[in-house]
Amino acid sequence: MSDIVEKTLTALPGLFLQNQPAGGPAATKASFSSRLGGLVRGITALTSKHVEEKLIQQELNSLKATVSAPTTTLDLQSTNLVEVCMALTIVSQIFPREMIPAVLPLIEDKLQHSKEIIRRKAVLALYKFHLIAPNQVQHIHIKFRKALCDRDVGVMAASLHIYLRMIKENSSGYKDLTGSFVTILKQVVGGKLPVDFNYHSVPAPWLQIQLLRILGLLGKDDQRTSELMYDVLDESLRRAELNHNVTYAILFECVHTVYSIYPKSELLEKAAKCIGKFVLSPKINLKYLGLKALTYVIQQDPTLALQHQMTIIECLDHPDPIIKRETLELLYRITNAQNVTVIVQKMLEYLHQSKEEYIIVNLVGKIAELAEKYPLFGPSILVLNTVDTYAPDNAWFIQTMNAVFSVGGDVMHPDIPNNFLRLLAEGFDDETEDQQLRLYAVQSYLTLLDMENAFYPQKFLQVMSWVLGEYSYLLEKETPEDVITRLHKLLMNDSISSETKAWLFAAVTKLTPQAHSSNLVERLIQEFTISLDTCMRQHAFELKYLHENVELMKSLLPIDKSCEEIMVDASLSFLDGFVAEGLSQGAAPYKPHHQRQEEKLSQEKVLNFEPYGLSFSSSGFTGRQSPAGISLGSDVSGNSAETGLKETNSLKLEGIKKLWGKEGYLPKKESKIGDEMETPPVPQENVTVENVDQVITKRDQSQILTQSKEEKEKQLLASSLFVGLGSESTINLLGKADTVSHKFRRKSKGKEAKSEETTSAHSSLSKVACEEDDYLNTLQEREEKELEKFSLSSQLLDSESLTELPLVEKLPDCSQPAPSLFADNNMEIFHPPSSTAASVAKEISLASLLEETTEYMHSNLMDVCNNEAVSVSSYKIWKDDCLLMVWSVASKSGLELKSANLEIFPAENFKITEQLGCCLPVMETESTKNFQYSIQLEKPFTEGNISGFISYQMMDTHSVRLEFSINLSLLDFIRPLKISTEDFGKLWLSFANDVKQNIKTSESQAALPSALKMLQQKLRLHVIDIIGNEGLLACQLLPSIPCLLHCRVQTDVLALWFRSSCSALPDYLSYQCQKVMEGS
Amino acid sequence: MIKFFLMVNKQGQTRLSKYYEHVEINKRTLLETEVIKSCLSRSNEQCSFIEYKDFKLIYRQYAALFIVVGVNDTENEMAIYEFIHNFVEVLDEYFSRVIMFNLDKVHIILDEMVLNGCIVETNRARILAPLQILDKMSES
Repeated sequence: MSDIVEKTLTALPGLFLQNQPAGGPAATKASFSSRLGGLVRGITALTSKHVEEKLIQQELNSLKATVSAPTTTLDLQSTNLVEVCMALTIVSQIFPREMIPAVLPLIEDKLQHSKEIIRRKAVLALYKFHLIAPNQVQHIHIKFRKALCDRDVGVMAASLHIYLRMIKENSSGYKDLTGSFVTILKQVVGGKLPVDFNYHSVPAPWLQIQLLRILGLLGKDDQRTSELMYDVLDESLRRAELNHNVTYAILFECVHTVYSIYPKSELLEKAAKCIGKFVLSPKINLKYLGLKALTYVIQQDPTLALQHQMTIIECLDHPDPIIKRETLELLYRITNAQNVTVIVQKMLEYLHQSKEEYIIVNLVGKIAELAEKYPLFGPSILVLNTVDTYAPDNAWFIQTMNAVFSVGGDVMHPDIPNNFLRLLAEGFDDETEDQQLRLYAVQSYLTLLDMENAFYPQKFLQVMSWVLGEYSYLLEKETPEDVITRLHKLLMNDSISSETKAWLFAAVTKLTPQAHSSNLVERLIQEFTISLDTCMRQHAFELKYLHENVELMKSLLPIDKSCEEIMVDASLSFLDGFVAEGLSQGAAPYKPHHQRQEEKLSQEKVLNFEPYGLSFSSSGFTGRQSPAGISLGSDVSGNSAETGLKETNSLKLEGIKKLWGKEGYLPKKESKIGDEMETPPVPQENVTVENVDQVITKRDQSQILTQSKEEKEKQLLASSLFVGLGSESTINLLGKADTVSHKFRRKSKGKEAKSEETTSAHSSLSKVACEEDDYLNTLQEREEKELEKFSLSSQLLDSESLTELPLVEKLPDCSQPAPSLFADNNMEIFHPPSSTAASVAKEISLASLLEETTEYMHSNLMDVCNNEAVSVSSYKIWKDDCLLMVWSVASKSGLELKSANLEIFPAENFKITEQLGCCLPVMETESTKNFQYSIQLEKPFTEGNISGFISYQMMDTHSVRLEFSINLSLLDFIRPLKISTEDFGKLWLSFANDVKQNIKTSESQAALPSALKMLQQKLRLHVIDIIGNEGLLACQLLPSIPCLLHCRVQTDVLALWFRSSCSALPDYLSYQCQKVMEGS
Repeated sequence: MIKFFLMVNKQGQTRLSKYYEHVEINKRTLLETEVIKSCLSRSNEQCSFIEYKDFKLIYRQYAALFIVVGVNDTENEMAIYEFIHNFVEVLDEYFSRVIMFNLDKVHIILDEMVLNGCIVETNRARILAPLQILDKMSES
């Protein structure tokens, strides 16, 4: 530090001290500088790091105080313009949500301020409120309209931010404003604004852009609204001819809008012409913008790409990678069966150059998507170019995917390898082609593995090991031993993760039965039975024991049966004898894992770290062998000890095909006719493709004969890129290709659902069977009674419970319950039982029950208050997202009610908003009038009430006022929460508040299903699952506070265990449960 | 929507940064270095828009100073590009020469022009009005 600086610095505190006593007229300034002086003094007096931190903290606090809500509120009330202005700026940047009600009236006031800047800033503050708490400014929408019509342009422009946001959320609510926006845009475009709004002599360009965006949202899929704006859009396109960057920005937005709204051919043509201006511009920024516009536009009309094909080709080789990428994005959108190879090749080239992870993930996903969409179409273009053979070449698909896997590796989306394996396993339509594809994959992987020093991502190795394990049998020259040798090499490699090693070992296991000599396998077993990795050791032992029984192994791991489901007796009933014997000799009965865990937990009182739902799913087995589609659902097996003891009704196996008998596995082949039915119209198409190709090349040749070689190459590239777009015949072709690809997709989707859901289908099958039988047994006697209740539409049933019981009632009609139900209905996806049941039953109930059903449950009509002239009654409708209160005012004398008005006082825990429109078909005559209010919960409470008054006028009397109040309970805000067992497990662990309670149950309630049924009906809890003598339920307190309930029956005690994120909820619910159970 | 507004010099030092979406303080430095690095690596022939992660950067260079704006993909790049210039024109009108000693005022100007990631004012006279009143107050 130089001397002078040091001297100045040391003199500074003194200078500030002198300044302090000044005061007087420059009071504000003095206080400011004295504060600064204080700070400088503080800094110079610093002695340690600790003191410094303290000082900084102090300074921060005082800064916070200056911009804090109370200070700002004070400033807002100031008469000083600048203070108000600054306060508003602060409010519209940082403001706590809770303080909004406090300042909202102040800000609303400011909307009427005489100065435009204040009005404008007030609107911006409201925009901020709308961003952070849209509900709190709902009631002042009318004021937004006022701002939109403000005489000042700035205020109007500010209100557009709010409108853009609101229209984005719900465009249908603001269609009536279209005219206003059009008029405003017309005025702006027509240059009616003050000159100081111009930017480089373009009138308010950013305002124009904002308006165009709003119009685009409003006119989307709406012809009538769109018609209103055609004129002004036309004018915008015409006016924006000044050659300045900002006019291009407007043009871009204009084109975007024209293509977003309901199309008008004339405008589309003009807009398309405009794009030409961008794309052909020598300015790089405009070119980029043009490509972006084109990318958007060709999704509407792919032929537009044809006009600019040469430019697109040039951009593909552009030195700027950003331009290149935008071009690839464009090509990605016009990909069809004919040009997919070329486009994918271009994408791969780009991929190999990029290093940034985000780009790689994105691009790899797109390539994989294209390759999987057109797996067998890609090659057809290659075939055409070489014109040698007609046999589709599988190499393309596999090689493309190889590139994807080796570059994308471990960062790519996990769906990519899964989909690839699924495609490979399920095949397409021609079995020989499928086999060739698989063979090619196997061969290419072996070649890759033989390369020295090559490194492959783990995901790629996993894919390889699955394919090698499944399809090595297709190899002619090489024996399974050769493949095992390579896998062994990988297994010994230290850089390979243990997850991948599990895949590798699974492949070895699959290949073992095919191998002729077992030396290598035995060595492998030896090496890995002493492995330190428990998982590997387990696999090695499995292989060891299987290896001793080759016949069993062959039936367990059949060749090329990965798509077929292996049916397993999940209940392990063949072990019942063994279990019974064990029990008779005094062995302790088996307890399921979760039960053991719970007991342990109750003993030790420690935190539960294990996921709750773990023992219910069958992931233990399927996780390892999932690609093979083997499902060993073990849901019911948890109870096998008890079943062995009791031999009661809990094991119903009519629905399950018996594949595991006393002798072991009883294989039975099933032909999948349905899947092989579809055959694609491939050959015909190739011919047309050829034609088109010729047409295009001919035309090109006739046009330009004297072209350089380079240009010819480009032309060639263009013709291969843009096949399938444009000219009539090609449009036809495009349509055709599309349907084919759709077929593919649809088919594979179905299969996907099937293969993915096999496990759950399995388990739910058995579960449904069990559960429904349980229901049958316990509910049969009660059925009649219950049904009676239904037809009366008893008040406390929610739609869920309403719909579930009819299914039970229907069951006796179906001779074979679960399996036939699923088979006949062709249902592909099985959800946990209750929800499937609900969806199936919904239709039944709708048809057969309740003539005047409404969508939601509602309470009975109850009198609220009345006098000699009118009576007011009300009822509650329990909607999914809120409580809807309906008050109906009826005049007793049948006379006309004049200007009846109902007002509700704001209540502390609720948010009450008036609702228009009728939810119930209640007669509204002249003598009655209905009011609807939706009530949302803001804070949980135990008992609350809302009150209000009705004022009305009869014929020629004075207006009369009638007050009333209504009680609400928290139960009005409880709704079923539909989640899966797994989600339940996850949620359970994440909640801290829990309450346990034991309730003594009477005889009739002893069975768990009936107890749960009651909770479901009375308290609107959702039954997720019933496992043995335990049940899982869930509900939520509106808006979205979940609460979970776990209950277990032990002799005559029902143990309830609640958990929730809200501390008050479990207490409340346990009390209500007790009331329900004891009351019945 | 505008995600952030940066003024960075050629040496990579941040002169002004304003975030309209929360970014943790320690991540800001990293982001700023990466952003300026990708801007500096581009030549004049390349376009002024960069795709960076899941958003876009739009930059303009004025002598040694870079102004970089990060936006999400709903934004019109050219509109932002011209907005940067508008901002510079406002600065040019208000400051006669050096602006880096008056960063507070630059902040005031920016707050007038951009709020919550939206362009809220582009009229030069109106942007400067509050600042000029403030100046008058401190003079008297």
